[in-house]
Parts: sequence; C-alpha cells; structure tokens
Amino acid sequence: MSAVVAPPAPAGGVVAPGRRRRARHWWTVVAVLAALTLAVAVVSLVVGDRVYPLGDVLRVLTGQDVPGASFTVGRLRLPRALTGVLVGVAFGIGGVVFQTMLRNPLASPDIIGVTAGASAAAVLSITSIGLVGTAVPVVAVAAGIGVAAAIYLLAWRRGVHGARFVLVGIGVGAMLQSVVQYALTRANVYDAADAMRWLSGSLNSAFWEGFPQVAVPVLVLAPVAVLLARRLAALQLGDELAAGLGVRPDRTRLALIVVAVGLISVATASTGPIAFVAFLAGPLAQRLVRGTGSLVVPAALVGALLVLVGDLVGQHLLPARLPVGVVTGVVGAPYLLWLLARSDRSGGTL
Amino acid sequence: MTTSPTTTPAPPAVRRPASSRRRALGLVVCVLALVVVCVLSVTFGSRLVTWSDVVAGVLHPDPDDIAQAAVASRVPRTLLGLVVGAALGLAGAVLQGLTRNPLADPGILGVSFGASLAVVVGIAWFGLSTLLGYVWVAFLGAAVTMAVVYAVGSVGRGGATPLKLALAGAAVTAAVTSMISMVLLTRTDVLETFRFWQVGSLGRAESAAILTVAPFLVVGAVLAVAVARGLDALALGDDLATGLGQHVGTVRVLGALAAVLLSGAAVAVAGPIAFVGLVMPHLARGFTGPSHRWVLPYSAAFGAVLLVAADVLGRVVARPQELQVGIMTALLGAPVLIAIVRRTKVREL
Repeated sequence: MSAVVAPPAPAGGVVAPGRRRRARHWWTVVAVLAALTLAVAVVSLVVGDRVYPLGDVLRVLTGQDVPGASFTVGRLRLPRALTGVLVGVAFGIGGVVFQTMLRNPLASPDIIGVTAGASAAAVLSITSIGLVGTAVPVVAVAAGIGVAAAIYLLAWRRGVHGARFVLVGIGVGAMLQSVVQYALTRANVYDAADAMRWLSGSLNSAFWEGFPQVAVPVLVLAPVAVLLARRLAALQLGDELAAGLGVRPDRTRLALIVVAVGLISVATASTGPIAFVAFLAGPLAQRLVRGTGSLVVPAALVGALLVLVGDLVGQHLLPARLPVGVVTGVVGAPYLLWLLARSDRSGGTL
Repeated sequence: MTTSPTTTPAPPAVRRPASSRRRALGLVVCVLALVVVCVLSVTFGSRLVTWSDVVAGVLHPDPDDIAQAAVASRVPRTLLGLVVGAALGLAGAVLQGLTRNPLADPGILGVSFGASLAVVVGIAWFGLSTLLGYVWVAFLGAAVTMAVVYAVGSVGRGGATPLKLALAGAAVTAAVTSMISMVLLTRTDVLETFRFWQVGSLGRAESAAILTVAPFLVVGAVLAVAVARGLDALALGDDLATGLGQHVGTVRVLGALAAVLLSGAAVAVAGPIAFVGLVMPHLARGFTGPSHRWVLPYSAAFGAVLLVAADVLGRVVARPQELQVGIMTALLGAPVLIAIVRRTKVREL
C-alpha cells in the first residue's frame, strides 16, 4: 500500500520492492504448502489395503456411485483424511499462537500441559461420567481453558516469565497425565491396546458420525485465529507499541488464548493428543516463510501436512499399523532436542 | 541456612547445637513417620482386617485365614515400598547435587522412562523374562538416557539450567513414550507383561524380587555415600572443588553410576515412579542444611516414608480398587515442583 506514496528518498525504492518480494515469497510458500496438503490428502484416499485408481476416487468425490470405492473411499478414507487435515490445522494454529505469544518455541501446548488437560477431561468424561457426542469436546475445551488459566495464575509472580510458565506447565502436565492414566486403569470398557492407541493420538475413530464435532469448531475458530494474527504481530512489538497501533494488549491476548486453547482441545477430544504436531508446526513454518509474514496460516498447513503424512507412514509404510501420534512423536522429539541443544538460556524466540 | 559452609572445618561455636537439634528433630520425625506408615501399610487395604489379624498376620500368618493372608501379602509390599522409596530419594539427592539443579529427578529427567524402554525392548525382542535380566537392561537404558539428557541440556549458552534440563527430560520422555507405544502396539503379548509396570506400582511385590535388586541398591547406596563429600565440593563450582582436592571427574562418574544403579533397580522392580526423587531432597535440606553427608540419608528415609504413604493412600482413596503409587506420587509431587519453580528466581531458571 505504501508503494504509491513512497518518498523520493532512495530508501523508498528499496523498501517497496523488498516488501513486494517478501509478500510474494509468503504467498508462494502458502500456495506450495496448500498444494502439498491437497496432494497428500488425495494420496491417502487412493492408497490403502486396496488401491483405487484416481478416476474412481474423483468419481466418488463428485457423488457418483462406484462399487466398492464408494464405501472404502467415501465412508472410511474421506472422513479420515478430512479429520486429519482439520486436526492438523487446529494443532498447528494452537501451537504457533502459544509459541509466538510466549516468545518461546518450547512453550507449545503439548509440552506445557494444555493438551494433557484436554485429554484428561475427555478421558474422564468418557470413562467415568459416560458422556457421548458433542458433550465431550465441550468438556475438553472447558478443561483446556481452565488448565491454561491455572498455569498462567500459578506462574504469575509480578508478571509472567516464559521460563517459569513452561516449568509450571511441565509440572501441571505431569499431574494431569497421571489423571489420564488413573482414568484408564479404572475403565474396564477400554481394552488396554485401544486405550494406548487413543493416548498416543490416532485417526482410527475418524468417521462421518463424529465429524461435525471437530469440523464445526475448527472451521469457526481457525478463521478467527487468522484474523487475530495481525494483532498477534503487533503484540510481539511489546505492549506499549501494540497499544499505540490500536491493539488492546490484554484483550487481544485473552482472545488469542481462548481461540488457541479451543482449537487444541477440540482436536485433542477428537483424536487424542497427537504428539509434537503443535510443537513442530510453528518452527517449521518459520523456517519456510523466513519472517516474510504471519506464521498462522503456514503453521496450520504444516500441521495438516504433518498429520496426513504421519498417518500415511503409520498406516502403510511400517511393518505394523501404528497410530499417527507414535510416528510424529518419534520424529518430533529429536527435533525438540536439537532445538534445545542450539538454543540459548531462554530457549530462543520464534 | 543455619549450617556453616560444609567443607571448611566448621567454626566450632554457636551454630552447631542449633543445626544438630534440627537434625535430631528430623530423625525423630522420620522414625516416627516410618513406623506409622509401615503400620498403616499392613493394616489398610481393600480388605478390612482387625488388629489381632494384623499382629497374627505379620508374626505367624495362618494361610487358611483370609484376613491374615491379606496382611501377610502386604508385608513384602511394604518392604518393597521402603526400599524403592529410599532408592529414589537417594537417587534424586545425588542427581540434584551432581547437576546443581533443584529440579533433577529420575522421573523428570526421563531416566526412569529410558529404563522402561530398555526393559520393553528386552522383553519384546530379546526374550527377557527374569527380573535379573530386567535389572541389567534397565541399567543400560537409564545410563544412556541420563547421558543424552545431560548432554542435550548442557550444550549451548548458559550450561545445564533447570529449564533446559527439565525440557530435555520432557522431550526424551515424550520420544521414549512413543517408542514404548510402538513396541507395545506391535506386540500385544508384551503389552500384557508390561502393563502393570508402566504406571509404577508396588502391587506385584514378592520377597524374591526385593532380594534380587537388593545387591544393586546396596552398591548404589554405598557409592552415593562415598561421593557425599565430593558433592558438597561440587556445589562450590568445579574450580573450587578441584582446589579443595576433589577429583571432579571421579566424583561425577561415581555419582552418576550411583544414580543409575539406584534408579535403574527401582524402575526394574516397580516401574517408573516420578517425583519422589524431586521432593525428598528439598524436604531433607530443610532439616539438615546443605551438607550431603546428611542430605543423602535423610532423603532416603523420607523417600521411603513418602512412597509407602502414597501407596497406602492409593489403596484407601480408590477402595475397593487401588490407585497405583506412580499416579499418587505425581499428584502429590507436581505441586511441590510448582512451588519450587515459583520460589526460584527467574534468572536461575
């Protein structure tokens, strides 16, 4: 927008093209990520125990009746792929919002206990109270927000410092994890293997029946997060500057936390905590866009891509079928260690 | 703290009585608590028993009397709780001294979970089936994990800060948990063997198991006590410690070996139990001051009390089922972690 009113000084001639170049880079990255996500989603519709040709898959998608493929692709693989995309988007956005807001790539919700809060609430409400349907995500979201608030308050001592927030979160997370295990040891409805699968995050229960419970909240909250992203960028300049730019820091932060925790909790209630997706999406997106724009959209796409690829690998490339969370956990942890090894005291910034 | 700096010969005068009174108080508290939790542990459980049953069950159980048999089965469980708790408390104290880090604990640093992974892999792929076999692979897993976590946590600027070590531990735990799931989900038969174990439980206690791990625990404890003076010197920093005539490297290696033996053996027999090693040294220091010659034995004693108490609580809260002791210690210990973090200054994190 400033290209038109660029001052005659030589700086103007440098700034405007630079800005255009960065915008172009950002759009290229987003377009490539979106195309990749679509491609992987299509692959996940095509391959499986039985491989259907692309034509059959496209015919199913346009609503035609193809014997065999209509059931396998339309009823089994399509909800699985769509759930994977939505959950990945939710984890990606939730993670990057926390990491950016706390200015610490390690402060992602799966490390600081928010995810554990949502899964504890979900497991308890399923096994102990016997809730079903839409009530589960509602409880999970409430618990997730409650846990985030509790960590924030416990870490508060004349202001919240990132390191203290993270450590308190680790403690709270450990406690909630043991609540999850308690719920599972008490529940006889769960077969132990099923329980483990859910705990490590899996798309195995992704069918059309449960789809609206994850689709509606994610489709509402994700655009809100994208809209708030601009204010998130202003917040990063510091509270005073943000206020000068017309952003109310406290209100914006509250809105961002609610949206991010909501996304994380809905996704966790749907598939279980898929390890490290929320943690990995932000830093990976940052390496791709290289500071040329908001991280929220790229991180959402990276999250979707991680879940889809992880599920494909877990389902088809390994000798045994493994839930996606195991794959992302094994891949994500070394990256976290590497990040730690090269970070400074505070863990660096995002 | 009221004690004088430890390695210098203490100025004999005024302070000594105060601190030794406090130590004596700690000892009395400890012994009383031990007696109380042991009595509670054989008395309470899913089956209600009378006092006469308790006495008879401990002294000369009549196998045909269900109440007395129940009491008799609680005796090895109590013993195991004492032994494992003491080992974990000691391991935590040694680790906190070695890393000069208030948050060090076999559970938080992921060492217990590394040992678990090694055991699972041993069961699944190498056909291990004896406790002695579990113990040896648990040592291996614990040692490797400790090395990895410490290396990762201490590279980069600032060295091994509590934040970095705790995060490295959390990351290793997450990775190791994923790997454990990977093995268990592909081998359902192993899942059955391993299940009782992953939450940390004393429920399967047998006297034979205690005897199997006892030698390792004794060696670990002796090593820990042997490096107590060295740990005191390390607290002053490597340079000063060297100046005081300590071989810093030797102290580190022996201390790490002690921690590996203690936590590995505890994991092999009871599963990963977190937070005992974190909390107890802090409590012990409240009674003894910073000197490790006192902190180590007190941590061990408090650890034994805590673990048996948590086990009893777990049996009482969830009657008629029971809450595994690993779950109880996490519920009791996490608030302490948070309290320590709140008390510590930000720049020390």
